[in-house]
Amino acid sequence: MNRVYLLALMCWVSFFAYAQDDLMAELQDAQPEKTEYAIQTFRGTRIINGHSVETKGKGELEFIFSHRFGPLNSGAYNFWGLDDAFVRLGIEYGITDWLGVGIGRSSTDKTFDGFVRYKVLRQSHGVTNIPFTLTAIGSGYIKTSPQAKFNPQVSIKDRMAYSLELLIGKKFSPNFSLQISPVLVHRITVNPMFENNDDVALGIGGKHNITRSLAVTGEYFYRVNPHTNSTRSDAIGLGLEIETGGHVFQLIFTNSLGLFTRSVVSETQGDFFDGDVHFGFNISRNFQLIHKK
Amino acid sequence: MKLLFSIFLVFGFLATHAQKYKSEQATITFFSEAAIENIAATHSGASSLFNAETGEIAFLVQIDGFQFEKALMQQHFNEKYMESHKFPTATFKGKIIGFEKALSGKPEVKAVGLLTIHGQTKQIETEGSLTFVKGKIVMSSIFMIELADYKIKIPRLLWQNIAEKVEVKIVSTYVPI
Repeated sequence: MNRVYLLALMCWVSFFAYAQDDLMAELQDAQPEKTEYAIQTFRGTRIINGHSVETKGKGELEFIFSHRFGPLNSGAYNFWGLDDAFVRLGIEYGITDWLGVGIGRSSTDKTFDGFVRYKVLRQSHGVTNIPFTLTAIGSGYIKTSPQAKFNPQVSIKDRMAYSLELLIGKKFSPNFSLQISPVLVHRITVNPMFENNDDVALGIGGKHNITRSLAVTGEYFYRVNPHTNSTRSDAIGLGLEIETGGHVFQLIFTNSLGLFTRSVVSETQGDFFDGDVHFGFNISRNFQLIHKK
Repeated sequence: MKLLFSIFLVFGFLATHAQKYKSEQATITFFSEAAIENIAATHSGASSLFNAETGEIAFLVQIDGFQFEKALMQQHFNEKYMESHKFPTATFKGKIIGFEKALSGKPEVKAVGLLTIHGQTKQIETEGSLTFVKGKIVMSSIFMIELADYKIKIPRLLWQNIAEKVEVKIVSTYVPI
């Protein structure tokens, strides 16, 4: 019987010692389980030509300036493409951490675009486990070229197009992220000889960090149903990404002059492997307009 | 004998507990003044235990619980500087020196111990205050942290967004357990 008491005493002593000495272990045991969310699956709202799963934070305004030069294979006379410029100026605003809106204007067909971006699922592990981030983007486009004043025969419908994108992104490690993006582009008026009203494409994009602030990126849009007489190509892009403070700089080589989804998926012209490659960049700057609390 | 022993066990157990205090919503703020913009963040859910018998104290802080005014700054803090996926917590393990005197109305105390941030542990000593208010203990302290000591890298690309020293302020209220 005494042995039982001795054992109890020993237990008690060891408990006492535990309580006295290891406050830290006790604290660690008492930590509630939590959910960790994947942050910065991609650094910008674009991977190369297409959108990424990232949304802006609440009250955050992004100014994004995208630029593509002419093709590298246009020769010395054209300064390997640097004489030409295709530009999009855009802004995007985070209404909440999940919901954002954006507008832009591109020199290609003098197109205005507007979109709504909504993050449906956020990759997380812990109490809540979600294996990927899902973001949906709906966009509308309107060409203002040819100029309406002198071309009354071109109706407003002829100028319009829409697109829907479902972006599925996964941060596999702190350095490596991948995204699969099914896209539907609908153009109201097309030339049925060589264009579809509805183009479906499957995009794949990835990012790998080299250092904390530097990453390499790649992106490919595979057109699922290209028109049999299509003169267009699948958009391919390779990039180098630099992030500093509130800026993201993306240096890009791509066969697409597209700066918005319609033109990337449905109107990419160059043959990447024949040297129809354009140098370009996306530069974004973030401004926090509404501060928390 | 048996009864006596049991009483001894139970009371001993209670006694062990009565000396300990916990704080589950300790507030930690940090502030750093930089050329372009000041960096500031608040954590209001740090947890701490204090043993009023021995003066031992422990703090545990979840790094991703720091709240910034700017969402992007918060992301960069976790992703690039603190690497919270690798080092999810910061801890302090040490002793409060002079806490007995706080009972007799002298709130000035010292904390000595090991501070671990970003996986790096440093011995620190800091001054603070400790007061008893209606059965609770309130502690506070302000000290400076040198980022280089904890191998927190400051980016040199294009411009400097972060100062090399950060002022940390802690306020914790303890209840007995």
